[in-house]
Amino acid sequence: MANEKFLKVKSEGLNRRRKILLIIFSGVIILAGVCLWGIALDPSRYAPNYEARRLAPSLLHLFGTDNLGRDMFYRTVCGLSTSIQIGLLSALISSFIALALGSMSAVFGGKVDQMVSFMVDLCMGVPHLILLILISIAVGGGAAGVITGVAVTHWPNLTRVIRAEVMQVRSAQYVQIARKLGKSNWHIAAKHIVPHVFPQYLVGLILLFPHAILHEAAITFLGYGLPLDTPAVGVILAESMKHLATGMWWLAFFPGIALLLMTQLFDVVGDYLKILIDPHSARQ
Amino acid sequence: MAILEVKHVDFRYADGPWILKDISFSVEEGERVAVLGPSGYGKSTLAKVIAGYLKPQGGEILWEGKPLPSSGFCPIQLIYQHPEKALNPRWKMKDSLEEAGVPSQEVLTEMGIREKWYERWPNELSGGELQRFCVARVLKPETRLLICDEMTTMLDAINQAHIWNFVLNYAQTHNMTLLAITHNQFLADQVATRVLRIPELNHIEVDQSSL
Repeated sequence: MANEKFLKVKSEGLNRRRKILLIIFSGVIILAGVCLWGIALDPSRYAPNYEARRLAPSLLHLFGTDNLGRDMFYRTVCGLSTSIQIGLLSALISSFIALALGSMSAVFGGKVDQMVSFMVDLCMGVPHLILLILISIAVGGGAAGVITGVAVTHWPNLTRVIRAEVMQVRSAQYVQIARKLGKSNWHIAAKHIVPHVFPQYLVGLILLFPHAILHEAAITFLGYGLPLDTPAVGVILAESMKHLATGMWWLAFFPGIALLLMTQLFDVVGDYLKILIDPHSARQ
Repeated sequence: MAILEVKHVDFRYADGPWILKDISFSVEEGERVAVLGPSGYGKSTLAKVIAGYLKPQGGEILWEGKPLPSSGFCPIQLIYQHPEKALNPRWKMKDSLEEAGVPSQEVLTEMGIREKWYERWPNELSGGELQRFCVARVLKPETRLLICDEMTTMLDAINQAHIWNFVLNYAQTHNMTLLAITHNQFLADQVATRVLRIPELNHIEVDQSSL
């Protein structure tokens, strides 16, 4: 009896784990698919076609067409792809800054720690969007401006997390014991500290994506970001504002929904990854 | 000559009250000493100071007449009261056990460590089972002084007796010195050749209301 019960619990645990893996896997596949599709897409698919202007959504044009007769579905796919690429690049840069500053802060302590904490407070103290716009303009606008702006303003939260994690694991009893067992700093860093911090870093990196993407769309929407001719979700939404009053609701609705779904998908992947990696919930 | 000398050691955490004040005693090689005292007298803190986990603010700890080496396998090893904190939760038991080399077969058998535990995670074993791993990984020829800080508090009486018997035996045959930290008078009388009472050693003024 007892054995049977035990087995049942065990198989349920496996199912849950598989379910989570499946969700993460499909999420990543969808996002990578959209990204690659956008890159490979033939620009003529969303080129202006004056014979098919202002069409409502139909099977031929899933998201309808705009004032210039551009197919909104393909434009959205391409825009999302651009967003994912910008998000990837800026999340990587931001998380790298966070990793470097967070570890330095925890390892050296004292003045370095104060300095890093001051920079975190400084960066968090300024309204995010204003900081983004300022950096973006200072760098010269365009794609380079957006990437720089988004990349160098998203590290403070993750820096705090990494700093706390490194500090905690450094003072953990098992790390101090390892030192007394004659283990070198390198061994401790490689075997104890990195495996502890890396999952947090990875989850933090993925959860940075939706922020980066939304901020990219936001400053593009406000006109400080990507140039008007790039098919970006921010540009699409800004343009659609002009035509909403004429009843072309599909111009804003579908690209907006698509952007929302995509950022949610990143969130889901990050959250489930957290469940999977965290030792307290991983083996449930 | 005394193998371990504790000379006028003072300790406190940051700016807190003094936990240890002017503690002095020495331990001969091969001796088994118990440090006995009620809660709140700094027994565990003393253990950490002697083992080199904490730096005393005053006084010094001498090992064979010299300060403790700061790198390499430390001749003084401390077994903590809480084994679950002393093991990396992300490591399988085998990796933790063998972090400083594979223990001898005799130690593994006598500590009752089963091989089926090797592939488990620390949160899948009981406190007593974890503690056996913690003890086994430091029972090595390089360990000259073993400090047991309430080592067997979480074990039932039979396992407690078994582990202590083995540790005492091991200490005798390998000429390992023992320092047992406990609040249990009977345990102290059983395992030690000499009992030190911490209220007599530690010259702090204990605030009675905080006990």
